[in-house]
Amino acid sequence: MTILLSIAVGLALFFMIGFAARAVLQAFAPAHHKPTFRDMSLTASFGLAIILLYIVIAIFAPVIAPFGEGEVLGAQFLPWASPHYLGTDKLGRDMLTRLIYGARNTVGIAFATTALAFFVGSFLGIWAALVGSWLDQWLSRFVDALMAIPALIFSLLLLTIFGTSVLTLILVIAAVDATRVYRLARSVAQGIVVMDYIEAARLRGEGMWRLIRREILPNAMAPLVAEFGLRFCFVFLSISALSFLGLGIKPPTADWGSMVRENATLITFGDITPLLPAGAIALLTVAVNFVVDWQLHRASGLKE
Amino acid sequence: MEQTRLLTIKGLKIEGRSGDAWHEIVKGVDLTLHKGEVLGLIGESGAGKSTLGLAAMGFARDGCRISGGTIDFDGIDLRTASETLKRGLRGKRIAYVAQSAAASFNPAHKLIDQYSEAPVVHGVMPRKKAEDDAVELYSRMRLPNPDEIGFRYPHQVSGGQLQRAMTAMAMSCRPDLIIFDEPTTALDVTTQIEVMAAIRDIVRQFGTAAIYITHDLAVVAQMADRIKVLLRGNEVEEADTRTMLASPRKDYTRSLWAVRSFARAEHPSATGIPVVSVRNVTAGYGAVDVLRNISFDIHAGRTVAVVGESGSGKSTTARVITGLLPPREGEVLFNGKPLPASFKARARDELRQCQMIYQMADTALNPKLRLRELIGRPAEMYLGLKGKALDTRIRDLLALIELDPDKYIGRLPSELSGGQKQRIGIARALAAEPQLIICDEVTSALDQIVQEGILKLLDRLQSEFNLAYMFITHDLATVKSIADEVVVMQHGAVVEHGAKAEIFADPQEDYTRLLLSSVPEMDPDWLNRLLVARSGLTPNV
Repeated sequence: MTILLSIAVGLALFFMIGFAARAVLQAFAPAHHKPTFRDMSLTASFGLAIILLYIVIAIFAPVIAPFGEGEVLGAQFLPWASPHYLGTDKLGRDMLTRLIYGARNTVGIAFATTALAFFVGSFLGIWAALVGSWLDQWLSRFVDALMAIPALIFSLLLLTIFGTSVLTLILVIAAVDATRVYRLARSVAQGIVVMDYIEAARLRGEGMWRLIRREILPNAMAPLVAEFGLRFCFVFLSISALSFLGLGIKPPTADWGSMVRENATLITFGDITPLLPAGAIALLTVAVNFVVDWQLHRASGLKE
Repeated sequence: MEQTRLLTIKGLKIEGRSGDAWHEIVKGVDLTLHKGEVLGLIGESGAGKSTLGLAAMGFARDGCRISGGTIDFDGIDLRTASETLKRGLRGKRIAYVAQSAAASFNPAHKLIDQYSEAPVVHGVMPRKKAEDDAVELYSRMRLPNPDEIGFRYPHQVSGGQLQRAMTAMAMSCRPDLIIFDEPTTALDVTTQIEVMAAIRDIVRQFGTAAIYITHDLAVVAQMADRIKVLLRGNEVEEADTRTMLASPRKDYTRSLWAVRSFARAEHPSATGIPVVSVRNVTAGYGAVDVLRNISFDIHAGRTVAVVGESGSGKSTTARVITGLLPPREGEVLFNGKPLPASFKARARDELRQCQMIYQMADTALNPKLRLRELIGRPAEMYLGLKGKALDTRIRDLLALIELDPDKYIGRLPSELSGGQKQRIGIARALAAEPQLIICDEVTSALDQIVQEGILKLLDRLQSEFNLAYMFITHDLATVKSIADEVVVMQHGAVVEHGAKAEIFADPQEDYTRLLLSSVPEMDPDWLNRLLVARSGLTPNV
């Protein structure tokens, strides 16, 4: 009964947020973008609303959060009651506060990492496809060699060498992920560089940067955007896995992945508190993919 | 011919969906076909020919629906027939031959396996018998090595042979009706004749009725007993082939007939230093020489047509001139000065002087760029135009190619028709203010009325800007209307080279004569006469 009720409440929330977000976006969009938002699906507007919510929470975390990020406030594992609305964790830190700060760390790092991986990977991939011959061979074989090493072990190795600051964490995961993006971008671009319009642009004497940016990238966008949605979610997993092994985000910095692990024992007692950070990840993942689907739909010009 | 009705279509309406609205593609067409009769359907693109052809199988493409009328095939109402019943008919009693056999064959299976599929599935004959039958039909379609050709994969067979193999495949269950959708449009003239003759013979031998869809009048004149002209989903007129050719009743039909008559004024004679001079060029890929010792000149204000069948090295010559394929020997002179062999080594101004228009406007225009950028980029890059000056230039260019600047400047290529896209290709070439434009089969993918528009435009621009054209084509009718000089190529060598009038009036080489005689004529007896003249065989009429 409780399950049915929560499903019903969830669906109602989904529709409410979706409709409200669409109405708001439409009202505030500049005139020439209005049709874009009018044709937006309910899932997409829901996704956008959730992403916006996460961004706001991440930016204003110190203002919203009731306590300090690493403050130990009382007994461990307190139940859900004022002033700790979501209880406390195994060190007696406020769960709600840590969830809010976690948005900042986890989402920020995941986004920076994915963006970097995509920038580097797609640039190199398209470049290799465009130039071909030796450059393609060198880059591709190098990437193959990197991909041959299991991602987790490779990240561990690099993090051990370079230390575990947030910056190195971003760079290392981005480097590992960029190999996958490179593969995709290269194969997509290979199909595009043989088109006559690329030949025409080359004969016109266009430079490499313009060929990549204006001629190839717009045509390779659809699969890259789809992959972005997927990769973004995998990065959460990578960060959590690394945190679990003690090489990710350092305590007491809050991060959703490690929060699940730290408080996992509570699950055996039928308490769902440890699942909240996992739920936060799941919700964001779903939201991102809703928006990505919508973008894909628009880019491919598909009708239903 | 026995006059038993095979197919009766009455008041057929077909709608297509664009966005959320349905609009009519075929607007109430009647069609009757008797057993063993060949009906030619002609019209420009968008006339609804293919849609009507498919409807004769009770089929509507994705996004289309049959919304009115009746389709009666030998007593079966195809509109109300169940999917199972229709599936039983298709391939067995009604077959379909598509325009591009290369795209319609499954590249992963041998020809004979694809041949046997229909007879085996429909239970007409067992596999072994179907394979024997395939060899028999392959030989009737005059395919070389009929015993062996079926065991090849589609990519191992030439385009003309594939098209014949496809026709043989359609025949495998001895259907009552075959629908041919532009079966020879993608082939060059010499191959086209072989395919046409083979199709006509086999259809007559088995007494099969056929609907022959094409936009080429001369072709339909050879194939059809009766011709139906379509325009935007309506029937214009229908008559017996000879009557129709001799005395078309409607203006539209007459305009179709007149398209081929476009001929432009004489151009200045070749004087001074040629714009482009190809000198003793030998070039190729890997170890193979595709071009052997090619030489010819193109003068300002004149058009040189390069003709020959596919694989003769026409496009490779263009690649040598543009610098995409540096020659092994020989050189290309531009205004008397040698050009660097590779385009990468050429100065920006040398690149500007030589522009190219491609056959497929679909792949030659970046689908994600708006016309403003597509046309504006060369002007911005070569002539340094910016802001207001650039905008004015783009608008002038659009006006020059007869498109309304205000309406089109912000559009994407996908929002244009085929002919309009090709015009954008022309505008892009003009934007660079070149001396030479290489036109690589620019009209081949367009139907005749649109072709004529493009040719007229090219001609006007040539006189206006004193452009030199290198016009690559396999269509001799186009050559006749637009060229000053003709270069005939075969197997990578220049066979014959001279003024157009001389080549057409008095060809010196056998190959040139073969090419010229292969251009279909409107005379319905042309193919018969030609076949008699070529082989001494009597066609079975």
